[in-house]
Amino acid sequence: MIVAKRKPLNEIAEMVAPYKRVSVIGCRSCVAICLAGGEKEVKMLVSALKVKNKKEGRDQEFEALVVERQCEKEWVKEVEDKVLGSDITLSMACSLGAQTIGDMYPSHLTFPGLNTGIFGVPEEQGVWSEKCVGCGNCIIHTTGGICPISRCAKSMLNGPCGGSANRKCEVNLDTDCAWSAIYDRLKIQNRLELIEKVTPAKDWSTSHAGGRRTYVREDAKLTPHQKKGKEAVQ
Amino acid sequence: MTGRKPKVVGFCCERHGMDAAVLSARSGKGFDASVRLVQVPCTGRVDGMHILKALEDGADCVFVLGCLEKNCYYDTGSIEGRKRVDYVKQMLSEVGIEKERIEMFNAASTNAWMFPEIVSKMVALAKKLGPIGGEKQ
Repeated sequence: MIVAKRKPLNEIAEMVAPYKRVSVIGCRSCVAICLAGGEKEVKMLVSALKVKNKKEGRDQEFEALVVERQCEKEWVKEVEDKVLGSDITLSMACSLGAQTIGDMYPSHLTFPGLNTGIFGVPEEQGVWSEKCVGCGNCIIHTTGGICPISRCAKSMLNGPCGGSANRKCEVNLDTDCAWSAIYDRLKIQNRLELIEKVTPAKDWSTSHAGGRRTYVREDAKLTPHQKKGKEAVQ
Repeated sequence: MTGRKPKVVGFCCERHGMDAAVLSARSGKGFDASVRLVQVPCTGRVDGMHILKALEDGADCVFVLGCLEKNCYYDTGSIEGRKRVDYVKQMLSEVGIEKERIEMFNAASTNAWMFPEIVSKMVALAKKLGPIGGEKQ
């Protein structure tokens, strides 16, 4: 899932300070699971900002809202009145949610309340770690199910590097060496021969370096006729 | 400020926290009656939202009173309560509010002497810090 972290409250307060009516919109998907932008976090943020305003004597109106998935227009549409009725929207979703609102209502100001971080998994309660960078060309079937791109500090395809010692990464001694983990996993799977296989340089053209990526499923797309019908229903 | 009573809200767990308050009252140990007590099943049930809401609605100070950490009726409830209090303290610091306005305490149900001390401490603090944003007109 996408893991994000709330921006410092003083930074958020500064962003929304010039505006009178503020709609704060959370998301019940990834950011709710990582305790950054779900219903509770939105309410706590609004409450903290109200307490701050009370102290400073600032008159501002906040509306706390939450949608199922802020990255989908259909769900955002449900709170359209509230969004457009406010001077500014503070998105408590990942950047995808904030940009979805921004794209839907270009003249309306939408600011991010979270810093979007990683594609991560919950390791334990309150701990998320990065396990994918979305490079667009997955190779974990050859590395025992462990991604060396995200989990190795040097994203090495043929590891470990010379800096790996005692199963720890030289970049951060608290981090396990990804290639030690890959070795262990391949050993369990009786596929250790794969560690000796030289992987050629990666084709990075599928990664983000080439600009904005778009994924298309032709069979799922609506035909012009279907689009017309859907618009008529809405 | 003259004549204004400090507004202190206390979230007390229904086990040791509230028992300490009741025992304190029954044994004649006086405490400031203006404190508003909210009984909760466990301090692990106290959410940051509850504390912030109390401050938002006019409380000067808020305290959370739970069981002793190694003697919690629900094992780890008072540890959870402390974590929530610490998180809200951090939030208050970020927005420039005195984090001392909220505090976590632990007591055994037999600590009748402790409850008036906690209330006195928080009431004194509320008097010192005053209402958030100054006196309401």
